[in-house]
Amino acid sequence: MARRATTYGRGGPLVYLVAAAVVAVTLGPVLYGALGGFRSNEQLARDPAGLPDPWVLENYRGVVTNPDFWRYALNSTAVALITTVVAVLAGVMAAYPLARYQFRFREPLFLVFVLGLLFPAAVAIVPLFILVTRDLQLGNTWWGIALPQAAFALPTTVVILRPFLMALPKEVEEAAMLDGASRVGIFWRIALPLSMPGLVTVGVLAFVASWNAYLLPLLLLQGDMRTLPLGVADYSTEHSADTAGVLAFTTIAMIPALMLFLAMQRRIVSGLQGAVKG
Amino acid sequence: MTSQGAVTAADPGAAVTRRASARRVTGRTPGGTGRPGRDRGRKRLEILFFVAPALALMAVFVVYPVFSAARMSFYRWKGFGPMVDFVGLQNYARVLADDVFTDAVVHNFVIVFASILVQLPLGLALALLLNRRIRGRGLLRTIIFVPYVLAEVIAGVVWFQLLQPRSGLLETMLTSVGVPVPEQGFLGTPDLALATVFVVLTWKYLGLAVLLFLAGLQGVPDELSEAAQLDGASWWQTQRRIAIPLLAPTIRTWVFLSMIGSLQLFDMVWILTGGGPANATTTMATYLVSQGTQRSNFGIAGAASVVLFLIGFALAVAYQFLVLRRDTKDA
Repeated sequence: MARRATTYGRGGPLVYLVAAAVVAVTLGPVLYGALGGFRSNEQLARDPAGLPDPWVLENYRGVVTNPDFWRYALNSTAVALITTVVAVLAGVMAAYPLARYQFRFREPLFLVFVLGLLFPAAVAIVPLFILVTRDLQLGNTWWGIALPQAAFALPTTVVILRPFLMALPKEVEEAAMLDGASRVGIFWRIALPLSMPGLVTVGVLAFVASWNAYLLPLLLLQGDMRTLPLGVADYSTEHSADTAGVLAFTTIAMIPALMLFLAMQRRIVSGLQGAVKG
Repeated sequence: MTSQGAVTAADPGAAVTRRASARRVTGRTPGGTGRPGRDRGRKRLEILFFVAPALALMAVFVVYPVFSAARMSFYRWKGFGPMVDFVGLQNYARVLADDVFTDAVVHNFVIVFASILVQLPLGLALALLLNRRIRGRGLLRTIIFVPYVLAEVIAGVVWFQLLQPRSGLLETMLTSVGVPVPEQGFLGTPDLALATVFVVLTWKYLGLAVLLFLAGLQGVPDELSEAAQLDGASWWQTQRRIAIPLLAPTIRTWVFLSMIGSLQLFDMVWILTGGGPANATTTMATYLVSQGTQRSNFGIAGAASVVLFLIGFALAVAYQFLVLRRDTKDA
């Protein structure tokens, strides 16, 4: 969007001052963690506000050579990928008839997903724990955590995707139908590729939510199966004396989410706005 | 379904032509209700095929556990053997009489209102500021959103280190400029712990508010503020009279999201304080998790879950009726 240049609403020195303060407060804790990881515990104790002097690489080296860290990262990645694929596939399949078919129970069906937004995982957490560990015997597995997470990601996914699918041009699908293509074929070969931008958006949202999730993994995963947030939390309590080590561990755990955010910034932002409008 | 198959097998062209002409006549979208009966069965199967995976997932992992929590709330059950000890509303009576739980409800509502009273004006101010044509605006927007992307746990662990009594950075900085710090640290002092958690939450979630408000401001046409400017309105007047009123729907939606999020608060509290000190920062979610998983009081946890859901639901419905309805009516 081309904005017309006016002299109006430009920043004065005060605006820049406020902006600088905001940046300092926002990034301060993140930088404290990252720089703290480059210091020794002795440096941190002597002067908490100081810069690394000398720069210590031991803490970070300790984290990246720690097999537990890679184990947690692998678990987080696997769980987030399964969650994302299941939520996006089931979500776009459900959104498709809600966008394209006319049938009596269409709006009530959509309402089921809208109402789903009101059920936080916290409400169902204890029965979910029993269901997954005892009834399904999926406790401490990737699928055991990914399936409930996908189910709780579905409402957002459907609510964002339905208007997106509605906005896609119908002509291509109608032409394919005239050529005798089946509905399922049309969905698979035409609707799905056309809705790729929307799928990426909801996929990124589901991935980030899973990557950052804590409550459900806390109840369902132990030992080798823990994800990064659990690993970070446990590491910080188990090594509470080793502040520098904790900061290094936490900082490295931040990197994947930050990189994903920087790469997908537009998608995340438009997805959140879509969720708000929907 | 079989008859449809027979028709297609005998003369595939005819079925397609008929379908196309039916659509032309009724002028409906593909899959419209105007098709003859035998198509209808097929359409139902297709709809079922498309929605089945999602509905099955929701049924198993959302609906069943929610009902199961409700059922659990009427039994005394420690998690072993069948659920037989029916106690009626006794669990609810115990939960509602438990000071820890009622305090937790109060804490949730403190966070709900504090978020609106603090984060809304702050977020609005920052959005208006970042909407100005200043240097590095894009970078600023990215930076302000960074805390939102981090996991609550990871942000919590860093803040936990920052807030360490005596040795932490925050206390060191405050002491060096002569500000007195509490003996037990900010998270260790019952009167300050909840406020401290709220400050960290504000740091974490302000970016979302700013981002949404900025997006809403993009929808405010330049012409309006330019016209106002020609009429001699100051920058502040155009914001107050034009931008903020036009932003109202976005603000109302943000308030809704913020309320729901505040009622479900768990991760940050669990990491920073675990609900302590002396239950000063418990929330409904930390209460039901500690009752359910640490003490195996499943009935109590179930009752707390139902109360949490009812409060959230009542708030959502009330807000929908009182506030959000205006937006849908306008649309």
